[in-house]
Amino acid sequence: MLSLLVIAFLLDVAFGSVHIPVKEVIRVLFTPYASNESWIYIIEKIRLPKALTAIIVGCGLSVSGLQMQTIFRNPLAGPSVLGITAGASLGVALVMFSVGSLTSLYTIRELGLSGSWLIIIASSLGAALIMLVIVSISSSLKDNVIVLIVGVMIGNITLSLISIWQYFSSPELIKDYLIWTFGSLGGVTGNQLLILAIVVSLGLVISFLSSKMLDALLLGDNYARSMGLTVKRARLVIVLSTSILAGGITAFCGPIAFIGIAVPHLARALFNTSNHRVLIPACCLIGTVLMLTCDIVAQLPGSQTVLPINVITALIGSPVVIWIIAGPRKLRGF
Amino acid sequence: MENVVLQTTGLHIGYHAGKKQASTIAGPLDLSLYPGQMICVLGPNGCGKSTLLRTVSGLQQAVSGSVVLNGRDLSRLKPAELARQISLVLTDNIRNGNLDVYSVIALGRYPYSGWLGILNEADKAAISKAVQMTGTAEFLNRKIDSLSDGECQKVLLARAMAQDTPLIVLDEPTAHLDLPSRIQLMRLLHQLAKESPKAILISTHELDLALQVADQIWLMDSNGHLAAGLPEELVLNGAFRQAFDKDGISFDAATGTFPVHITAKEDVAVHGDGTAAFWTRKALIRKGYAISTSGNASILITIAENPEATQWTMKTTGTEQKFYSIREFLEAL
Repeated sequence: MLSLLVIAFLLDVAFGSVHIPVKEVIRVLFTPYASNESWIYIIEKIRLPKALTAIIVGCGLSVSGLQMQTIFRNPLAGPSVLGITAGASLGVALVMFSVGSLTSLYTIRELGLSGSWLIIIASSLGAALIMLVIVSISSSLKDNVIVLIVGVMIGNITLSLISIWQYFSSPELIKDYLIWTFGSLGGVTGNQLLILAIVVSLGLVISFLSSKMLDALLLGDNYARSMGLTVKRARLVIVLSTSILAGGITAFCGPIAFIGIAVPHLARALFNTSNHRVLIPACCLIGTVLMLTCDIVAQLPGSQTVLPINVITALIGSPVVIWIIAGPRKLRGF
Repeated sequence: MENVVLQTTGLHIGYHAGKKQASTIAGPLDLSLYPGQMICVLGPNGCGKSTLLRTVSGLQQAVSGSVVLNGRDLSRLKPAELARQISLVLTDNIRNGNLDVYSVIALGRYPYSGWLGILNEADKAAISKAVQMTGTAEFLNRKIDSLSDGECQKVLLARAMAQDTPLIVLDEPTAHLDLPSRIQLMRLLHQLAKESPKAILISTHELDLALQVADQIWLMDSNGHLAAGLPEELVLNGAFRQAFDKDGISFDAATGTFPVHITAKEDVAVHGDGTAAFWTRKALIRKGYAISTSGNASILITIAENPEATQWTMKTTGTEQKFYSIREFLEAL
């Protein structure tokens, strides 16, 4: 798995609209020389940040999905399904609106360092808000499917709020917003990459420290309480780290779908465990490989075209979701 | 008696519905539970059995009164301390997660393991002891959703055992189980209470099993009263009859059952004892006859269990017939 990760990473850096041989990639990464000066620039300024972003996104979304599936005890929970990324989008949209400038990712970049923090906080708060609403509703609902429907509906409400705002915006803004919703790993560079890395690492550390709590929650709230867990506090911590992960990533990369829901299932199937101490690193590993692979596919190796990342994650993620619902284990296992 | 595990004083149980006045289901309850005791809570649906169990185990707040666990007030215990006093087997569905049996049992060590949940030697020893006592060793590696209901309950009991608490509370552990599994589980619980100093508190609808295994019965009725006592005491003083008396269903103290057949068309006297006589009486009741103990029944049946064949002799006024199988006899009746 680890070697798969290294290969995927190298290939991801190698492929793009300009082809660079893998041998040269390794050379650029480990020595300051290359047979072509422009390759150094391409790799250091574009490809490397993009591959690193893919790794961060893969880890963050997978782990946030894992936490959501555990806390909702629902195999179909995930940041994109239960409206968490929609909440994050709302946070982003609100900031843009109050700043009164353009609505695109490009504007976010122009806001500079403090602007980046502002966007991340707003996006995480948006995600946390939606998640708290769904957590409070779900605690009084026993049925998995109903929670799911409620989540989807709340996501819709959030998206329609954004639509209203879009309706009063100019066509260019709408186009920019649409491009943002396609998701993008590219363009997160320099300080932003650093901020994203810090935020996601923070989320991952909190998440790993809560792995014991997550294990207890697998048996449901009552059992968890009877084993000495303060359920409300545990939920709050888990909601916090999930929102940081999903919110931070959505702020910079757009709402990337399906990774959050699909990877935890792959991790459980491949590592055959329910122990979060193992599952969290496993999700990071698989999420990273999958995200890098999606990015490689999105480059359409050999061609000049680059597809939006969301198209590819949906292509790969949807079959996994179908497998969860219609596969041999049905909705029971998660 | 010394070292009481659980003691309730003036306990009222019920629900807090929002900010309004709490609605009381039952109380005041003054109960005590000692080490090595197995207590069955019986009562009709909706009388508050689950509420009582949830209240003494801290999942639900009491309306008033106190619950004391090993000398310490329940409401003052921190969650982590409470988890070392009471372990639970609930009716909650746990059949999801990629959970395997060992992981579920290992979760019982939650209150003892470190911040990452890594198990040490003592934890592993407690787990294997729980596995051995509950006979769950053969399915340790299976997934929880592949188990039968009976196996699943055993695993949950093993998890509670691994938690190593002086009190184990089980809410309707025999629901959904087939008869052999019900008996197995009850026998297991009875054994645990006898062999370890643990106290076991269960709620159940299994009246006859409870009468067989319980050291004490807490019998609740629909009006919020609770009668505590030995099983036999409660049968003899009519508490059972009172608790379950509704819509023409009544407890028959003579047989310890609730008779399904109530109207009798004719009196029959049955002579003989042994298995054949016992089942003949049952068959007659099923057919709508009343078994008479006085001498003036219109039909008299004598059963002779001979080594070669059992023989039924039926005497009515003027006639006498002999049969060699219970089917023949019942068809002729």
